[in-house]
Amino acid sequence: MSPEAAKLLATALAIGLGVIGPGIGIGIIGGKAAEAVGRNPEAESTIQKIMILAIVFAESLAIFALVIAILLAFIL
Amino acid sequence: MNKGPHISVKPEHLFDVLGFPVTNTYLTSIIVILIFIAIALYYNYQIKKVKHSSLFYLFHFTVKSLYNFFETVVESNINKLFPLLGVLFIYIFLTNWFGLLPGVGSILVRAREAHETHFVPLLRGAATDLNTTLALALISFGAIQYYGIKTLGPLGYLGKFFNLKNPITIITGPLEVISEFSRIISFSFRLFGNIFAGEVILSVIAFLIPVLASFPFLLLEMFVGFIQAFVFAMLTAVFINLAVAEAH
Repeated sequence: MSPEAAKLLATALAIGLGVIGPGIGIGIIGGKAAEAVGRNPEAESTIQKIMILAIVFAESLAIFALVIAILLAFIL
Repeated sequence: MNKGPHISVKPEHLFDVLGFPVTNTYLTSIIVILIFIAIALYYNYQIKKVKHSSLFYLFHFTVKSLYNFFETVVESNINKLFPLLGVLFIYIFLTNWFGLLPGVGSILVRAREAHETHFVPLLRGAATDLNTTLALALISFGAIQYYGIKTLGPLGYLGKFFNLKNPITIITGPLEVISEFSRIISFSFRLFGNIFAGEVILSVIAFLIPVLASFPFLLLEMFVGFIQAFVFAMLTAVFINLAVAEAH
């Protein structure tokens, strides 16, 4: 396989596989937050803060995958 | 066929000032700082008058909302921390939205690299440059450590990590230290990745369909710029809270 083909394949795999986990994780976090607000509507602002914090942590893992993909595409 | 939209991870070097290389993101940062100073001076001038102008009420509402929000996060330390958190939010918010203005990224100038001249954008959003986001992440990291050491004392603060009484904390102590340092990487790459990816999306869509197709992505980028500024400031607040909390 030529280096160009390997580079393209690596870029696609890095970003494609890298966002599966965080995507599922953010969906679960959002679902649980909605469920918690449904059970206790008074605590909505607390639950919203916790949800945003947890989503940011999960999203940063997807950002790490994006950084590797950008590195492969434009620098290597 | 054109060779594609102009995408570069590195900031483009425009000219030198007394030997210091000025890149297009640095130029944008300076313009945003001047805008920020102008807004602050205007706010200070208006707040002393009896009858305020309507633009003043916009800034007052923003500052008050930020103050109330961060007060719910950091409760008692709000007066010490609000300058840092407010500046992080407002600066990152201004620089992200400034990168979406027409002219930023599209006005090209001729820059001379080692032996060739090519066209580079004159202005570029500051957060698309890893230097800016790394600097902001180091400021946040430094502030977290500073407030932790100031509140608990150096021995008290280090005692949270290196606690030799319990066999479990001997192992988790170094892991906590590593996770403190990995916050620098996660802060800087989160902001860089979000804003740079947005810039790439806008460039590619504008390259493929030059008419009107960028509009929904522009709205998305406005939203993402606001959320990333908000998340940066809120995570700093939360980590400062964790750092000044007593060890349990």
